Amino acid sequence: MDFALDRKHEMARNLFRDFAENEVKPLAIDVDETEVFPRDTVTKMQKYGFMGIPIPKEYGGQGCDPLTYTMCVEELAKVCATTAVIVSAHTSLCADPILQFGTEEQKQKYLVPLAKGEKLGAFALTEPGAGTDAQGAQTKAELVGDEWILNGSKCFITNGKEADIYIVIAYVPEDTREDKRGRKQKRFSAFIVEKGTPGFTFGVKEKKMGIRGSSTYELIFQDVHVPAANLLGTRGKGFALAMHSLDGGRIGIASQALGIAEGALDRTVAYVKERKQFGKAIGQFQNTQFVLADMAARIEAARYLVYKAADAKANQSSYSVEAAQAKLFAAETAMEVTTKAVQLHGGYGYIREYEVERMMRDAKITEIYEGTSEVQRMVISGALLA
Amino acid sequence: MKIVVCIKQVPDTKGGVKFKSDGTLDRGAMLAIMNPDDKAGLEAALRLKDKYGGEVTVVTMGLPKADAVLYEAIAMGADKGILVTDRVLGGADTWATSQTIAAAIKNLDYDIIITGRQAIDGDTAQVGPQISEHLHIPVVSYTEEIMDVDEGNRTVTVKRQFEDRYHILKVQMPCLLTALSELNPPRYMTPGGIFDAFDQELTVWGRADLKELADENIGLAGSPTKIAKASDKVAKVKDKTKIKNLDSASDDADYIFSVLEETHVI
Repeated sequence: MDFALDRKHEMARNLFRDFAENEVKPLAIDVDETEVFPRDTVTKMQKYGFMGIPIPKEYGGQGCDPLTYTMCVEELAKVCATTAVIVSAHTSLCADPILQFGTEEQKQKYLVPLAKGEKLGAFALTEPGAGTDAQGAQTKAELVGDEWILNGSKCFITNGKEADIYIVIAYVPEDTREDKRGRKQKRFSAFIVEKGTPGFTFGVKEKKMGIRGSSTYELIFQDVHVPAANLLGTRGKGFALAMHSLDGGRIGIASQALGIAEGALDRTVAYVKERKQFGKAIGQFQNTQFVLADMAARIEAARYLVYKAADAKANQSSYSVEAAQAKLFAAETAMEVTTKAVQLHGGYGYIREYEVERMMRDAKITEIYEGTSEVQRMVISGALLA
Repeated sequence: MKIVVCIKQVPDTKGGVKFKSDGTLDRGAMLAIMNPDDKAGLEAALRLKDKYGGEVTVVTMGLPKADAVLYEAIAMGADKGILVTDRVLGGADTWATSQTIAAAIKNLDYDIIITGRQAIDGDTAQVGPQISEHLHIPVVSYTEEIMDVDEGNRTVTVKRQFEDRYHILKVQMPCLLTALSELNPPRYMTPGGIFDAFDQELTVWGRADLKELADENIGLAGSPTKIAKASDKVAKVKDKTKIKNLDSASDDADYIFSVLEETHVI
């Protein structure tokens, strides 16, 4: 077992770190304050291939592995969680499902521009009445001639208004079956929908606690005609496709959570060396030292779980448990570490200028989206008891 | 167009300079980076390649681990990397280094050679111009901008920084340019470029591959420079700060000028 990164991964980490420090960090406070999507940063990331890291070169990507992608999201999240989730939702939840489930035509038409970063991707599963309980979903798709007609709405969609290509999960009424107890079970399918399709509009922009620069919108579908060729994967297997995509997505969010925790620790270490009370730096007090030690040890544990999940994605057909464990632990680490970071900063930690305040707000969402921590526990225990 | 860029791996002085007990740099304890002026030179070469096409070859001389800067250069867009490394070449000063690198370049075809103005570890700014002397080609040091390349007439037009002005010079190819880090902000690597770089095999040349190189011009023995003493101590200057509180900015300015005149600075 080798815990050291090889030279190319080490160099890739340095690249992401330099880019994050120079191009992303200077904007982070402003992105949070103004809630404006950092379009210029996305354009720069496109230029350097950050929008298609784990996608093969033949489809316009960089041909790297999930670990490289993980480190990119991690390093971005160290300085700006908004920027990290833009890359994560685009890559894990839009480009990757098309790579895994798309036809060759769909890959050429949609995956290539996504991987090159010419187009931005989003994934639409959640609805006002359906989060963890997918059966509550109301968005439906009906096949009329050679077109699917979509009606319904989705909410909390990351990259919502800024994306160009959306994967939308909808149920097909005529596919609904009864289970053994006679209850109706909706069957879902996945569709690729382009921005600008008539009837596809945007509802409210969500005002969020954290990741405030990410474009989180409601999507509305009113008689949206989608070509039959845009059915992604097998009809009726959309739920499995969504769950598989979320396994990958969870590794991205776990990386984001890891990065937020690391960023908070970095700032706290610097702060406690400078801040003086009772004639000495607060880093010289044992309470501070013990808290820092706990933060660092949890982060290290989270990092190994996240990298192990990335390795599982590269080498295993199923990695649900690894992804769930990584996300659960990294998200709770992010929340714990950022909360302690604010506490060690004292009053200044509560002030926006000191950034750990933003990191604590940003950390909370990692325990909620792409499967809450409770859902991750269901996945992990489900595998144990199966 | 064939462009050769000479790059050097140097200790990153941002994290502070560390010395061994014998006074020499503790390179192992410091992070290693591509010398900033060299990186600007590489960026200039890559821009020429973007505009005119051609091939960029990067050359470095150093320990085997200096291959990291070659991989980095290839990940940024260079085509080939050559590592010149051999125990007998170690301890070289600028004379021996330029002799060695010139001998390596003699094995290559080139139209333009670009080096950094100077390296942040030695700060001599000598190696680039010395290479051009050994190759008997023109040199323009302190290149601020490469304005134009006329491939038909085989000339390069450059802007050279010169104290309070600049010169515009047209040079016959093949030529050597030394680049300032202000020349171009260097591009980032790409993740895929990094993966490709490590899949590529570098060319490694030892002493035996450098045919046109005399033994008396290599390594420590071939280096006329002898270092008497190295120190990281900064000379202390007696504090001559004068503090004077005046009422307005114009009073401040008048006072500053009077002091400068008194001390014959102006």
